[in-house]
Amino acid sequence: MLLETTPDTSAFMIAGYTVAFVVMGLYVASLFIRNRNLDRDAEMLKTLFEAESSPSSKKEAGKSAKKPAPKKKSVSKKK
Amino acid sequence: MQKRPILLTMLDVVSVIMLAISTYLALFYAPTELVMGDVQRVFYFHIGTAWTALLGFIFAAGAGITYLVTKDLRWDRVGVAAVEVSTVFFLITIMLGSIWAYPAWNTWWTWDPRLTSAAITELIYAAYFMLRQGIDDVEKRARFGAIYTIIGGISAPLTFMSIRWAQSRTIHPVIIGAENATAKGDFSMTPDMLTAFLFALLAFTIIFIDLLWNRIRLESKQSEVDQLKMKVTN
Repeated sequence: MLLETTPDTSAFMIAGYTVAFVVMGLYVASLFIRNRNLDRDAEMLKTLFEAESSPSSKKEAGKSAKKPAPKKKSVSKKK
Repeated sequence: MQKRPILLTMLDVVSVIMLAISTYLALFYAPTELVMGDVQRVFYFHIGTAWTALLGFIFAAGAGITYLVTKDLRWDRVGVAAVEVSTVFFLITIMLGSIWAYPAWNTWWTWDPRLTSAAITELIYAAYFMLRQGIDDVEKRARFGAIYTIIGGISAPLTFMSIRWAQSRTIHPVIIGAENATAKGDFSMTPDMLTAFLFALLAFTIIFIDLLWNRIRLESKQSEVDQLKMKVTN
């Protein structure tokens, strides 16, 4: 039997394009969020690395290594 | 961290414009198909995403081969990026196909050779990410990933050819190449439909390249962050 009129399938078309745009939008958003998080992580790690590798922090690290358990001494003096 | 290239920003803008024009052509410029009605318009995005996804899977296989030859981790990043973008595009292809199938075939899904091979391809690449997550060693992960994409890459041409090789057992229409007598929902393209179709192919190719580039940059950034973490912890 031949179809006399074109069926109204516009709801399926709208559903299809909605799905396509939502999936693409979510993917682009995920790329954006991951990129932002990595930028933050990189900044934080750079700050940490610079703080650890700076000469002042190295000196402090060296001093603390030479002084064995300073807290215990002060506690025993008080007693 | 590397500065964002101006060419990439331009490509982002071009991609958005191309997507907008392609949507306009598909929804308003191309004529309504007489037998199926408006649902036929999803065909432009369906083929556009399928084309780029299958090419992307083959490209990832190529990147895998290049990694195995050169041992350069940059090719591993290219492979991951290509697989991820292609998997997203192929998911859109399958979902659009299912939405089109309901009014055309009166079912959302059938175990037709094309639909089955497409589902298997998508699952193969979903498993690729699980495989990568399970391996901590960078070199080992890259090597296994490369081999996987090479083997997985075979599924792309198989999916494309499935409706051409199994013409008597499939109801999926063949748009490019010989027509299928058993197809349900087949149609002849008018010149305006062909314009919208070819533009969609071009638009999705550009969008794919843009997303791929962005994703490769993200992977490179991840690698830099991992190296910084190593430095800080050591």
